[in-house]
Amino acid sequence: MIKKRYPKLFGLLSSLYATLMLSGCDMALLDPKGQIGVDEKNLIITATLLMLIVVIPVIIMTVVFAWRYRASNKDATYTPDWSHSNKIEAIVWTVPLLIILVLGTITWETTHSLDPRKPIVSDAKPIVIQVVSLDWKWLFIYPEQGIATVNQLAFPVNVPVEFQITSGTVMNSFFIPQLGSQIYAMAGMKNTLHLIANESGTYKGISANYSGHGFSGMKFDTLVTPQEDFDAWVSKVKASSETLSAEKYAALEVKSQDNPVELFATVKPDLYEDIVAKYTHAGMEMPSHTESKE
Amino acid sequence: MFGKLTLDAVPYHEPIIVVTLLGIFLGGLGLTALITYFKKWNYLWSEWLTSVDHKKIGVMYIVVALVMLIRGFADAIMMRTQLAVASGGSEGFLPPHHYDQIFTAHGVIMIFFMAMPFMVGLMNIVVPLQIGARDVAFPFLNSLSFWLFVVGVALINISLGVGEFAQTGWLAYPPLSGLEYSPGVGVDYWIWALQISGIGTLLTGVNFFVTIMKMRAPGMSLMKMPVFTWTALCTNVLILASFPILTVTIALLTLDRYLGMHFFTNELGGNQMMYVNLIWAWGHPEVYILILPAFGIFSEVVATFSKKKLFGYTSLVWATIVITVLSFIVWLHHFFTMGAGANVNAFFGIATMIISIPTGVKIFNWLFTMYRGRVEFTTPIIWTLGFLITFTIGGMTGVLLAVPGADFVLHNSLFLIAHFHNVIIGGVVFGYLAGFAYWFPKAFGFKLNEKLGRYAAYCWISGFFVAFVPLYILGFMGMTRRLNHYDNPAWHPLLLVALAGAFIVALGIAFQLLQIFVSIRDREKNRDITGDPWGGRTLEWSTSSPPPFYNFAHTPVIKELDAYWAMKADGTVNQKPAPYEEIHMPRNAAAGLVISAFSLVFGFALIWHIWWLAIVGTIGMLVTVIVRSYNTDIDYYVPVKEIEKIENQHIQAKASQA
Repeated sequence: MIKKRYPKLFGLLSSLYATLMLSGCDMALLDPKGQIGVDEKNLIITATLLMLIVVIPVIIMTVVFAWRYRASNKDATYTPDWSHSNKIEAIVWTVPLLIILVLGTITWETTHSLDPRKPIVSDAKPIVIQVVSLDWKWLFIYPEQGIATVNQLAFPVNVPVEFQITSGTVMNSFFIPQLGSQIYAMAGMKNTLHLIANESGTYKGISANYSGHGFSGMKFDTLVTPQEDFDAWVSKVKASSETLSAEKYAALEVKSQDNPVELFATVKPDLYEDIVAKYTHAGMEMPSHTESKE
Repeated sequence: MFGKLTLDAVPYHEPIIVVTLLGIFLGGLGLTALITYFKKWNYLWSEWLTSVDHKKIGVMYIVVALVMLIRGFADAIMMRTQLAVASGGSEGFLPPHHYDQIFTAHGVIMIFFMAMPFMVGLMNIVVPLQIGARDVAFPFLNSLSFWLFVVGVALINISLGVGEFAQTGWLAYPPLSGLEYSPGVGVDYWIWALQISGIGTLLTGVNFFVTIMKMRAPGMSLMKMPVFTWTALCTNVLILASFPILTVTIALLTLDRYLGMHFFTNELGGNQMMYVNLIWAWGHPEVYILILPAFGIFSEVVATFSKKKLFGYTSLVWATIVITVLSFIVWLHHFFTMGAGANVNAFFGIATMIISIPTGVKIFNWLFTMYRGRVEFTTPIIWTLGFLITFTIGGMTGVLLAVPGADFVLHNSLFLIAHFHNVIIGGVVFGYLAGFAYWFPKAFGFKLNEKLGRYAAYCWISGFFVAFVPLYILGFMGMTRRLNHYDNPAWHPLLLVALAGAFIVALGIAFQLLQIFVSIRDREKNRDITGDPWGGRTLEWSTSSPPPFYNFAHTPVIKELDAYWAMKADGTVNQKPAPYEEIHMPRNAAAGLVISAFSLVFGFALIWHIWWLAIVGTIGMLVTVIVRSYNTDIDYYVPVKEIEKIENQHIQAKASQA
């Protein structure tokens, strides 16, 4: 668990604010199901409240000043040449400065605590899932279980997940809104994202970076279940008749839209590393590569 | 012979496009017929198209900007309609191939071909007048800049009927925009439209930087410059520093696409992250290029219509300078989710927040300008009040997005879309429309209809909130940008509300157009003889409306910040003018138009790989440049008699009105 990093006072106010905003709407980001998402929700609320300290007075002042000093109101004071006041200048520079000082501190701390690469502290041993974005589907490889899936993700509740993310095509962004952070999937690059789900359920996953015509259908379900159910799911996948060979991966690279869920009982060893290597400098020496350019 | 160009490039099977094309064609035909019928070709050519007068160039910029506003807004309405119907299994009426071009074109048009020319147009009309100059430093270059920009506009509009436009999003991130994933001509249209008009913008930057630095009237030190000129100066510094980055970035992408190089491809060592960094190293300053002049406009407007000196001029100027500098060290906040380390993300996040301090100061300065003033609720003030409220909210959501931890979930969501429309519509568009209403009488000699102007503002302001508050909420509901259709029924009602908001904005645009039409019709009634319809404070109001082509018969001498206000106060305005002297002025030039016409040929030929035609375009440009450089008859002296005639007319008109 990541411990809370904000003052208690804000926590109280934020829960109030969240109740207000939640009424009647199903807002994924305000209804997080994992610690990272919870922390990010609280961060959003804290930051918003901090800024409202300036924003609300500005809006009120705009309305009040415009109305009070309207040209037809001859009772209002009129000082046509007054254009400087050290006192006002001091306030308008200092107040935003102080707020940014507080917000900047919070930013520094949370950017480090919520760093996608930072492992989540937990008693449970993390599970590793490799993610590959393809045109236009998601491939998930479970190196520890030796299985793979397309457009369906599953992992146990309360177990930290280490996602290793790359792309077999253009840039995408791997995002499960109710669990928190997203991160880009880029060819030849390995990005790492640590998430955890603290509640069982099915959560929608998407690509949050436009990647071409089939982008809108690049969705997957995330099945978060107790460990036993996850184990059962793994067994189900292992019972599948499909296997993910090099040829099958080549077939997956072909563009497809609204791809159905696919389950693979076995995976070609080091497939993920091969996909990454294909686009890195190591890949430059591969003769097959130059051929494919022609 | 014609490269990749065949008759199949015309999308005659797409009814929406065919109808649009037919409309453009018939409209163009009608316009041509009208000009011919009224025998206005000569007038158009000698008074406008070949003019190097900064005021006329400014007007032409704004005319094109308004036309492109309508084009870009038509795209917006189509997108909102698509998302209002493409729910629960329906694919809507726009397939991805068409829809993806629309959202790309919408962004490109609104930024490059609406906001930029509107800003450059206002700057053209106002800056030389505000600093007491007779034209910009390089009048011919100004004409060339304008026509290069028009070439960009022409190319993006040609893409509608010949071939296709990019389907990559407005910044064309590779590898999607690379040859492998976008083999069509769409990205090439994007490349050449931006490259050619971008060079025009860079030349504008050079021109106005030199103009403001070297051509201010005697006595106008930097700290006596009107705020709009200050913001224009900072904007041009930003153009000078950032547009070369855009030029190079696009050039590298061009090499990838045309010569098979690998700067940004997936394989062979290409690096897409480099592109994303470079494009935003230009793209973030670009945001400030647009907003700073809007800040300048609000400063002028709020002081004039509060009948009061601008509060805190010095801190406003310094706030502008601080923003200018900081705008170069925040670009990474556009991609916190790319995977940079926590220290890097935190640095850029905090740097971004720091910008909100000087921006906040500016807002307070405008508020305290109204404080103890006499605020007249004219159209520009309505825009300003709408801006103060809207922009403050947009600023808040922007700072929220600057917190990396928050951005990790809000990035690329509709919350982001709502945020940048909040600052661009609420800041840039409201600002430019305020400036439009404020300086229109200066450019044309008559005021715009007040009532319709206010209606336009009310519709825009309320329409903005109805259209974009749902998008903020949808962002929280996990809806990402650029979706073509969706299956979450909870999003549907909000998207319907957003569409309704877009129609309210459409009503605002309709009022704006109606306002222009009605005001031109009633121009005799709204005629401004004095040249100073608002009781202005700065120099542009000291000359007649529209100003004579030489702007000032005598170069004004500046003693104070609000120069014209001071002249009115000490009575210098009413003094009998000293004897006139000959005025040195530039001659009209067609070369800018000709060079640009060849650059259009060049761009079009490269898009379609018609190599021989590209060579024709290149030679045409070079020859025109050479011919123009040997032309020594580029300037003349306005005789004293002519100046006397023009000036006396103005003096008599003023006297007869008094």
